[in-house]
Amino acid sequence: MLTSSEQLEKRFTLYKFHSIPDKAHFLNSNKASIRAVVGNASAGADAQLIHQLPNLEIVSSFSVGLDKIDLAKCKERGIRVTNTPDVLTDDVADLAIGLMLAVLRRLCQSDRYVRSGQWKKGDFKLTTKFTGKSVGIIGLGRIGLAIAKRAEAFRCPISYHARTEKSDVNYKYYPSVVELAANCQILVVACALTEETRHIINREVINALGPKGVLINIGRGPHVDEPELVSALVQGRLGGAGLDVFQDEPNVPEELFGLENVVLLPHVGSGTMETRKEMADLVIGNLEAHFLNRPLLTPVL
Amino acid sequence: MGVSNTDSDKTQEEEQQDLPKVVLFRPPPAFSLIGEESFASNKFQFLKTYDSQLPLDQYLPTHSHSIKAILSSAGAPVNADILQLLPEVGLVVTTSAGLNHVDIPECRRRGIKIANAGHVYSDDVADLAVGLLIDVLRKVSASDRYVRQGLWADKGNYPHGSKLGGKRTGIVGLGNIGYEVAKRLEAFGCAVSYNSRKKKPYVSYPFYHNVCELAANCDALIICCGLSDETRHMINKPVLSALGKEGFIVNIGRGDIIDEKEMVSCLMRGEIAGAGLDVFENEPNVRKEFFAMDNVVLSPHRAVFTPESLKDLSQLVVGNLEAFLSNKPLLSEYVDNK
Repeated sequence: MLTSSEQLEKRFTLYKFHSIPDKAHFLNSNKASIRAVVGNASAGADAQLIHQLPNLEIVSSFSVGLDKIDLAKCKERGIRVTNTPDVLTDDVADLAIGLMLAVLRRLCQSDRYVRSGQWKKGDFKLTTKFTGKSVGIIGLGRIGLAIAKRAEAFRCPISYHARTEKSDVNYKYYPSVVELAANCQILVVACALTEETRHIINREVINALGPKGVLINIGRGPHVDEPELVSALVQGRLGGAGLDVFQDEPNVPEELFGLENVVLLPHVGSGTMETRKEMADLVIGNLEAHFLNRPLLTPVL
Repeated sequence: MGVSNTDSDKTQEEEQQDLPKVVLFRPPPAFSLIGEESFASNKFQFLKTYDSQLPLDQYLPTHSHSIKAILSSAGAPVNADILQLLPEVGLVVTTSAGLNHVDIPECRRRGIKIANAGHVYSDDVADLAVGLLIDVLRKVSASDRYVRQGLWADKGNYPHGSKLGGKRTGIVGLGNIGYEVAKRLEAFGCAVSYNSRKKKPYVSYPFYHNVCELAANCDALIICCGLSDETRHMINKPVLSALGKEGFIVNIGRGDIIDEKEMVSCLMRGEIAGAGLDVFENEPNVRKEFFAMDNVVLSPHRAVFTPESLKDLSQLVVGNLEAFLSNKPLLSEYVDNK
């Protein structure tokens, strides 16, 4: 089976920008011929890049998040933008629940306990029950709703915060994140990263969540004030955290490495073979549709 | 206090002595995990044979007239020899859901009731089963290890996992725990089927008559049954072959249900894709071959160990004993349902 790169190479002239040593020179020489950019969660098309590509027609992102794309600039220039919604919803929601179970039931820590031979010296300690714990979700879009549906199967009462209250759900709405954090035991970040939601998890929210509370982040690193989070975890002001995303990936604060109440994952929310293939198919499908003058599959702009 | 007849006045201690006795041959794990006080009652008193140096056949006869019940846990068998020494016992309460250590036919013969842990553990065990399945499919523990070793920055992205949604999951043993696992997995978009001693009339999941057939039609097997003569090494080479090289197995039942040596072999040869295990054949000695494998998740037999479940257990144990002593129906009476 061809990789995404190989598939792109079959159909288009592909430049792997991240591996080009002298990017400025490359852009200067090739800017006129570049008509499309394929982005992902780490890199997309910011104002500067868009400005340097006069013939850019489409940005197709290998992600559902659009935080790495300057949407205003794209709109101004009439550049099309596509992403990969829906196909990754299940995987991300599955991982959110997986993180909750891993943190509360200390799955990673107990696996280490067995591998290091400590079980021979004594039983593992008690861990916290997951079923029935209250779950607060920030952002009740596709992913937030999928998380809620799964958590309900564990009889978790669900509450949420979103820009507006949803009339078609039965979950309790809180008008602020702090109130949500104060009223749930597990807080999940499931919203898009925008200027408004940057550092939505700050000291006040962390304190409201408290020493028995657990934060799960499957959104974006910048959703969280990371130094605040680290100090809260180290000092025991926050009960635990399951993190799939970080401020400066792939760099993870080393203070977290020694903590038993955190689970640290290398941004694998959509990282299954099945889903990555579907995402790739969408990226390529959108590009082909554009260049064949057909309707885009999953347009944002 | 008011006027009293000093001859019949008893000290608190003496009143305690008059209480019916519940005998224990070893302290249940819950005593040290959440404290013995959680099991206290003013309706009975514990008699701990492990506090005495005397052998049971010398110790018990002195107290047998007042011993009305046994509080048992795995490792302290309740068999004919023991019951012989306790003619007044009418109830055996265990802190476990499993009853391998209790001679059930002997109890029946003597008219002794049995109460087990009922469903107090089911949520926690089901949660752990789902947690282990997600972990092994999505490589949670393995990639957490990778990050903590600083390898994400050094070596790049971790290999992709496998999607849970849409997987065909096979529950081996659709008792209460198996059913709780099934309900949870459905919310993730898994297809559920099962094998059990008998087809369950109240569920609509497809039923397979034998485990091999179930394995052949599943992507993941979840072992939720108890250990018995029928289930020992039930998961053997043919079953593992049927499960296949893209198949996963999760065990929250008992280690002996799986032919562990064969499973290790299959894992090493890539004949099954991975495993999540809370139980092993020779606990706490885990085969060292597992330690080199990134596609197994290992858990030290602790599925029931949460303070919430243990608190529920203590209330159930006390509730059962108090009910029995006041001639009320038991809260979690074990009834044979073969």
